[in-house]
Amino acid sequence: MKPKVAFFDFTSCEGCQLDVLNLTGEELLDLLAAVDIVNFREAISRRDEDYDIAFIEGSISRDSEIPRLQKIRSQAKILVALGACACIGGVNCLKNHLTMNEALKIVYGDDAKQFDTIPARPINAVVPVDAYVRGCPAQTGELVKLVKALLLGKKPETPSYPVCTECKMAGNICVYELGKTCIGPVTRAGCGAICVTGGRQCWGCRGLVDEPNINSQEEILKKYGLTPAQVIEKFKIYNTYSEVKK
Amino acid sequence: MTQVNINVHYVTRIEGHGNLILNAKDGKIEKLLWEVPESPRLFEAMLVGRHYDDVHHIASRICGICSIAHTTASIQATEAAFGVKLSEQTVLLRKLLYHAEMLESHVLHTVMLAAPDFLGAESVIPLASTHPDVVILALRLKKLAYNLAEAIAERKTHPLSCVVGGFAKFPDPAELKALRKRLVDAYADLDIVVGLFKTLKVPDFVRDTEYIALQDPNEYAFISGKIASSDTVAVPLTDYRKVTNEFVVPQSTAKYTKHKRDAYMVSALSRFNLNSKQLSFKAKKAAKDLGLVAPNYNPYMITVAQVVELFHVVEDSINIIDQLLTKGIKDEPVNVKPKAGTGVGAVEAPRGILFHEYTYDANGIITKANCIIPTNQNHNNIQKDLEALVPKILNKSEAEITLMMEMLVRAYDPCVSCSTHALKVEIKR
Repeated sequence: MKPKVAFFDFTSCEGCQLDVLNLTGEELLDLLAAVDIVNFREAISRRDEDYDIAFIEGSISRDSEIPRLQKIRSQAKILVALGACACIGGVNCLKNHLTMNEALKIVYGDDAKQFDTIPARPINAVVPVDAYVRGCPAQTGELVKLVKALLLGKKPETPSYPVCTECKMAGNICVYELGKTCIGPVTRAGCGAICVTGGRQCWGCRGLVDEPNINSQEEILKKYGLTPAQVIEKFKIYNTYSEVKK
Repeated sequence: MTQVNINVHYVTRIEGHGNLILNAKDGKIEKLLWEVPESPRLFEAMLVGRHYDDVHHIASRICGICSIAHTTASIQATEAAFGVKLSEQTVLLRKLLYHAEMLESHVLHTVMLAAPDFLGAESVIPLASTHPDVVILALRLKKLAYNLAEAIAERKTHPLSCVVGGFAKFPDPAELKALRKRLVDAYADLDIVVGLFKTLKVPDFVRDTEYIALQDPNEYAFISGKIASSDTVAVPLTDYRKVTNEFVVPQSTAKYTKHKRDAYMVSALSRFNLNSKQLSFKAKKAAKDLGLVAPNYNPYMITVAQVVELFHVVEDSINIIDQLLTKGIKDEPVNVKPKAGTGVGAVEAPRGILFHEYTYDANGIITKANCIIPTNQNHNNIQKDLEALVPKILNKSEAEITLMMEMLVRAYDPCVSCSTHALKVEIKR
């Protein structure tokens, strides 16, 4: 019996699921050969409520999403957080810096009415999570690896070292040398430092490494004449939830 | 007494969440609603206080399917606010990147999300066994689109290298040359898509409405031009609020829009109806083969107009690559000076016109943001279409009515999770 896999979306842009649909032909067909996709609203009409592995995209930002996630948790043998919104809260948590009423007022002005909206949070703030596919968008290569590991009954591994390690291997010039700020020194690797390779800098979408070396980050800032405040503005974009929690 | 009670909670194969409700008794419609219960994301509040260099990175996350559209609209709004002048190379690279998303999104929608309805399949997955050639060519075209975006911006979903004022990285000419060859090969795949759509029976339904799209005297507009309408003269982007006129209705959870009539449509069909004379040679030929003639008032033909646009996008991409390779790709440094002011950016997302408007302070920090997405502009028109369509098909079975209604919603290629302006409204039952 092939394991039954379901995809569910909460508050998100659905880009992670889109990238699943865009796995290269062979990868997608291999995946379909190994598992049975029984629920994936964005792509198929079938909607079974019986599944083994549930992938969750998106963060939780409404009261009504909590019981829906709990129901999925009680059904799934394995629950996987897919992408930054589900894993660490992601950009949705930027609104948490305001009260919900302030945020509504900015968007709707005098039209602001009672919304079902609560400060955004990652899914592990609501239910236990078994595995994480990190990134914004989630790395589909990691998703395929994870499914393979789950099929073999192994525990999937994710790097516990920072993006800088991969960035050096990619042959990039350190963006601090270019006068920019970067979250790479404290961010969990696994992305191959794609944002720096693409001419930009790390925004920390994969979340913090297990034991971030904050002292070393401070030394880097001192070396380049920067203040923590300058980095925190960048850090907030994906990691507001972990920051606010502290 | 005959009763029809249809309640499709979350229409599938669309981006985001929408519900369809129909209650009818003895041939009389009691309730007919297109509902949008998407979670409000409050992006405009999230953008306030951000530095301009992070703004399009965040704005991209409004939508994973049209992230290049949001990124481009965002960058162009910032550039309009700062008065940034662009190089010829930047404009060409931006258009090429834009085509990559149009190609990917249209293939996804036409072949993988919409076509299964016409072929009696519940999704693209069964099509993999019944029409393997079509599924494989769709995956091949999508991969081409992803690789094209990767060559220019490192990534398709949430692109990286396109920035305010230019690009942070430049494509390798050898890579562009290889992509050019694959684009030429793509015509054969697109011919098969046309062949498939020629055999599909598009529902025979027309409702004349107002059609709105960008219009540029120099080209079939995707990221430039003014706001044109089938009913009035074109207006500059800064007048976008006079076109959208957002308003709240009690029976929906999204803000609606209207211009000269009770509703208007933004889509590939709007673009086709207004600008079809500017399509490329092969796109015009595809339109002829598919029997699409402007003006066309059948909303189900939006999908067909997307097939036509696929040819234009491939042909123009080849043309742009030729220009880039002839001129040689230069490493142009980006030089942007923020200044206080307001700017509007507008682009044609795959599913219709999209507006971003930002106000900045002198340090390049956003003080105010407004985004109006294409799908929100279409909700009103979808509702009006349903009200015209359903009385004509009430004698059919519930399953057939449901399918026709779902197909209508899917034709608009809605992208509901963008919902930057969703409003919570109590629905009386």
